[in-house]
Amino acid sequence: MGPRSAGEEDELDKVTLFPTCLVSLLFPDAARAARRVLERAGVAVEMAEDAVCCGQPAWNSGHVEEARRVAEGAVHALADGGDVVLCSGSCTTMVSHYWPELFEGTDDQQLATEVAERAHEFSSFVVDEVGVERLGPLRAVAPSAAVYHDSCHMLRGLGIKDAPRRLLAAIEGLEVRELGAQERCCGFGGTFSIRYPELSSVMADEKVDDIIGHEAAEVIGSDSGCLMQICGRAQARGVNLPGRYIAEVVAAAIDAGG
Amino acid sequence: MSSTSPYDYSGTFRERSRVSVEAPAMRSAIAVAVDNQAVGREAGYTSLVDHQGLREVAARIRDHNLSHLDRHLERLTETWEAAGGEVFFASDAAEACGYVLDLAKRSEVRTAVKSKSMVTEEIGLNRAFEDAGIEPIETDLGQYIVQMAGEPPSHIVAPSIHKSQEDVTELFSRIAGTRLPNDAVALTRFARDRLRERFLTAEMGVSGVNLAVADEGTLTLVTNEGNGRMCVSMPRVHVAIMGMERVVWDFDQLAVILNLLARSNTGQKLSQYTSLVHGPRRAGEADGPEETHLVILDNGRSNILGTRYQEALRCIRCGACLNVCPVFRQAGGHAYDPVYSGPIGAVITPLLKNTQQAHELPHASTLCGACTEVCPVKIPLHDLLLYLRQDHAHEAAPLERMSYRLWSRAWATPRRFAWFRRGAALIGSVTRGRPVRRLPLPLMNRWTKGRALPPFPRKSKTER
Repeated sequence: MGPRSAGEEDELDKVTLFPTCLVSLLFPDAARAARRVLERAGVAVEMAEDAVCCGQPAWNSGHVEEARRVAEGAVHALADGGDVVLCSGSCTTMVSHYWPELFEGTDDQQLATEVAERAHEFSSFVVDEVGVERLGPLRAVAPSAAVYHDSCHMLRGLGIKDAPRRLLAAIEGLEVRELGAQERCCGFGGTFSIRYPELSSVMADEKVDDIIGHEAAEVIGSDSGCLMQICGRAQARGVNLPGRYIAEVVAAAIDAGG
Repeated sequence: MSSTSPYDYSGTFRERSRVSVEAPAMRSAIAVAVDNQAVGREAGYTSLVDHQGLREVAARIRDHNLSHLDRHLERLTETWEAAGGEVFFASDAAEACGYVLDLAKRSEVRTAVKSKSMVTEEIGLNRAFEDAGIEPIETDLGQYIVQMAGEPPSHIVAPSIHKSQEDVTELFSRIAGTRLPNDAVALTRFARDRLRERFLTAEMGVSGVNLAVADEGTLTLVTNEGNGRMCVSMPRVHVAIMGMERVVWDFDQLAVILNLLARSNTGQKLSQYTSLVHGPRRAGEADGPEETHLVILDNGRSNILGTRYQEALRCIRCGACLNVCPVFRQAGGHAYDPVYSGPIGAVITPLLKNTQQAHELPHASTLCGACTEVCPVKIPLHDLLLYLRQDHAHEAAPLERMSYRLWSRAWATPRRFAWFRRGAALIGSVTRGRPVRRLPLPLMNRWTKGRALPPFPRKSKTER
């Protein structure tokens, strides 16, 4: 599906933005930035803070019942309306790929499947549904080089690779460099990072070293969990490596673009 | 020489992975090896007209083999016996070892030369030989190295992948009783010279089977050193041992799988030696064994048939999933079960072995999906890992189960979740927006073992 033409703008007039739990808790700026970007494109945004969490932490640990209990709230909070945009590639995978399975045989099965079909990852929604041109001029605050980190679920689960790159390519003055092992996992893995902290940390080391080796000023990502892992590891090693959620980069470029 | 492992498998995956985590040289040896293979694999795939299409065909072939497994094995038995071989169905490791030992005693075997075979690791054949006073000699260079080191293999295709050349120089020098040069050619020659005399005197040759061809009575062996075909042709008795799922119907199917097998590991179009074995020496032939025995092993495999895990039995043991796995890369193979490591090991070990340690293995993955993406027979490895976590969730530690229960109640409503947001904002105010190096709260303190926490927000809402 390509960007919709001006005549179809009405269909896009409103989306529900699901911040997801990690963003609500620790990175509220990411959700605020996503709202700013969508509104700039003329899309009205309803922030679905009440959706809380997609259930992924429990689902990925095998605790299905607990995952369902949490995700039930999200299903109902997202029940009305049209497109749902999530501030996380990983949570989008959970909703669009695993929710139908999670709710199979329950009263919420149909509703969950409907929401799953309306769910979009932020960057792919902006690029494929809204159209980058609707954001107006985008300019980096200062010319700089960055690395974009592909989060695994978004890359392999949703198959989204080009959209974030196309979005960032629209920003004048921002150079995005590809890593040597661009598609290798950073070692976050949700609860994996807590279950195996030492292993998870040395996995992050390779990613941090790869990024530093490319002389990037920052790492940009579509999942706050991965950024927390990469930047948190760098910080613990005494390396200054800032990270930003992709919408924050675009929102700043909107402001700088005038 | 003993196959007693210096590695302690009694601990958790976290404890076992520390050996590698705390040994940067070992992790770097693994990284160098798997990165080389990645380059080869890419080149190997590029040389195919339609790599993705061939994967699809290979997956369907393997599904066909599995859904008609009884017919395949029946036919294999007929054709192998018609070729002059013998067949034994072993329901478990003890039966398989028992058959081989009886045969060895009958044939007055003192030494058995072995071609690298993971299924013999699975049944503990070397230990069984040693206990019976028979000397097993591994003849694949990598497997010979780990045998000499008294370790299990750490990779299903490259057994000594965790060792650097320096490690091997040390090891071989100790065996030689003299300082050997740190040179790959010299080290290989040392092993080759020692093994050559063994091939000439061994009474029994033991091999695995990469794939059996049911309609032809033919066993396929894929090696790069030529040791495999010496094992199956020089000693008087040849025993081949195969997992019951390692069978295809005909040469057409074999051709598809072989086209992917070596490419998926080293990137070779075909391995240096692909040997097709069809029974014992026939009248008028100059060489070959007098007896050939085929042991077909179940050992838990039939329990997997017909379950949501059946796709795991498609596996052709190419090792690609180990090579791309970011966890294997850092943890090394010895952190897993001593037999099958990496993603495929984390899937099949708990299916074949009902132990607490085996049930933990599916958690040793970030579910990044790199394994699924590379698998030449399209096993959905990361989804199978997820299902295994579900199946064994009830065995999780009481603390873990209670934590998830409490968590699910706390995050079930926005009102309760708001307490956590306020808590985060409180920490944000106290730490004044600086990164948090330590946070003495449960779980958080495990995060801060290697990583700082980000600055906590001072505002608790995403609203403007």
